[in-house]
Amino acid sequence: MFQKSRLHGEFFMQGDIACAEGALAAGCRFFGGYPITPASEIAERMAMRLPLLRGVFIQYEDEIASMAGILGASWAGMKSMTATSGPGISLMNENIGLGMMMEAPCVVVNVQRGSPSTGLPTTWGQSDMMQARWGSHGDYGSISLVPNSPQEFFDLTITAFNFSEKYRLPVFLMADALVGHMTEKVVIPKVEELEIINRKYTNKTPKDYLAYDYDESLIPDFAKAGDGYRYHTTGLTHDRRGYPDMTVECQEELVPRLVNKIKNNINDISLTEEYDIERADVIVISYGITSRTILPAITMAKKKGIKVGYLRLKTVWPFPDEKIRKLSEKVAGFVVPEMNLGQISLEVERCAHNNSLVKLVPHPGGGIHKFEDVLHAIEEVVHGK
Amino acid sequence: MANNTAQIIQEKSHPMEDLLRMDRMPHIWCSGCGLGSAVTTFVEGLKKAGVSYDKTAIVSGIGCTGRVAGYLRLDSYHTTHGRAIPFATGLKLANRDLTVFVFSGDGDLFAIGGNHLIHAARRNVDINVICVNNFIYGMTGGQNAPTTPLGAYSSTAPYGNYEMPFNLVGLAAASGASYVARWTTAHARRLTNSIATAANKKGFCFIEIVSPCATVFARKNMGGTGLDLLKEFQTRAIIDHDADPTQIPLSMDNEIVCGEFVNEDRPTFWENVQGGIKNRLEKFSNWEEMQSNSRKITHKKDRKYTSSIDV
Repeated sequence: MFQKSRLHGEFFMQGDIACAEGALAAGCRFFGGYPITPASEIAERMAMRLPLLRGVFIQYEDEIASMAGILGASWAGMKSMTATSGPGISLMNENIGLGMMMEAPCVVVNVQRGSPSTGLPTTWGQSDMMQARWGSHGDYGSISLVPNSPQEFFDLTITAFNFSEKYRLPVFLMADALVGHMTEKVVIPKVEELEIINRKYTNKTPKDYLAYDYDESLIPDFAKAGDGYRYHTTGLTHDRRGYPDMTVECQEELVPRLVNKIKNNINDISLTEEYDIERADVIVISYGITSRTILPAITMAKKKGIKVGYLRLKTVWPFPDEKIRKLSEKVAGFVVPEMNLGQISLEVERCAHNNSLVKLVPHPGGGIHKFEDVLHAIEEVVHGK
Repeated sequence: MANNTAQIIQEKSHPMEDLLRMDRMPHIWCSGCGLGSAVTTFVEGLKKAGVSYDKTAIVSGIGCTGRVAGYLRLDSYHTTHGRAIPFATGLKLANRDLTVFVFSGDGDLFAIGGNHLIHAARRNVDINVICVNNFIYGMTGGQNAPTTPLGAYSSTAPYGNYEMPFNLVGLAAASGASYVARWTTAHARRLTNSIATAANKKGFCFIEIVSPCATVFARKNMGGTGLDLLKEFQTRAIIDHDADPTQIPLSMDNEIVCGEFVNEDRPTFWENVQGGIKNRLEKFSNWEEMQSNSRKITHKKDRKYTSSIDV
């Protein structure tokens, strides 16, 4: 076999490739996808690498099939993934909802482009952030991780698999074309140095096993197809056996559980990076590639003597409500630069709840923020405008 | 009535209870529906095929037939509308020991899911698709289907259907299926044999089951009970294994040509994957060599290259 079937060491690597390598390191062995700029490199890398690791690569006929396919693979016990961009996510959303309802662990990568419809296929944006939260119909808890470099694309792909396995749901990895197509140094540790979480298989006998029975963790134990459990799963509202039950009582038990299993674990899921927020008058909240492009504005603000803090969200969903609420009681305000016309800034506004100012610095995508704009917003917040 | 039936079922053992979820009976299907026969033949077919029930999975889409998965005591998946085939493809490829059946209706598999069906047949993925064709959307109240015969009435074709229907066996065969058969629910024994054949055959197998829908299709068209429709199938059906599947469309009153039209062995998706990897590994000793060789471009010697940077 080829010696390099498992990589470790230092590489000069593109973001999309780093994502594929992260998935392989996490134990992903099934990739179903459909070509789309700027995410195709992930599929190409998987097509090259998976067969050598006894995995399965399949290029489906569309994104709808890709999403359905990775759910099927997940039920067969394989860690599975698909990668696409905005238009593909729009097609996948129905089956993402099925994954939420069936509680099938898998990872969905969105290498975001800008604007609605076909938009800017070769350039970037962050305008799918709300879609990642509310894209599929109905109520469900969801997890979205946002990397800002190829290294972090690698790291967070592993985290995404860990969360999906632990909490049994499709997890979004919200990169963008800039991170996906950027080539930087990526350090890949040895497999044994990584923390890999696998789904909890049931230790019950088929006779005692109920597919959706749960304990206080709210997460049912898994049984894969072919192991003799012969259980039923459905996208319909179902009871603990997995049987359809369209009563209000059943709905009241099932749907809140899908939301609460994420809500109750927000401290585990919420990943942030913060600098100088303790003594800050104004905090810049950003995520993804924007968190790097606006750094000069923060440096300039500091030179002007402004006490500015910096909070980067690696986990955007679930949103760190409590953290922002507490900060809003101490600071003059928040500046939220993002590559859309106001999505996460709405969440910050909701949490700040009139305690402090919230200033959005929008950008429609395809370019990067002028740091003067961000600096201006910081100054405005400090002066209470 | 329903409670009474449930009581009787619970008291007496049922001959198919090792494969039916008896705790879900009675089922939701109308009296006279062909789905009871379809499920019975499926259970009998599985028994006959001798496959392990623990290693058999069934995937359904949405609709009347979409409910089949919920009643069979197998690993069963009731997925979204039209997406049973790609789901089943993922399930099968991720665990090649499974025998995977897709059990769904004509609207689910040929309207919303039509693209998946032809691509799965083209790939020759090792799954078996059973399509119960009742010519109409039953669950939603009798709307037009891609199989509704020309001129037939439905709740969305009050002036008669003006679209040509699909010929399901023709489409499956033309797309490359390894096994293609059509039976009506009146052909219980032959249908059972077909299901057993498909269970043990590698490659993409497709079986169309022409099935009566007394509640909506017949009511809007010829009228009659489920039994009347079965009798009509008996008079209209002929068996011709040599028929060209692309030449035997169904209409309101023509012959229903039944039979096993395609039964061929061609390499499956997974066999082709394995073959490709083997070829490549034999050629190159390591990964770098494989990458560099695949990208090596040979140019003619006399060709001159210019670059704007040099100028």
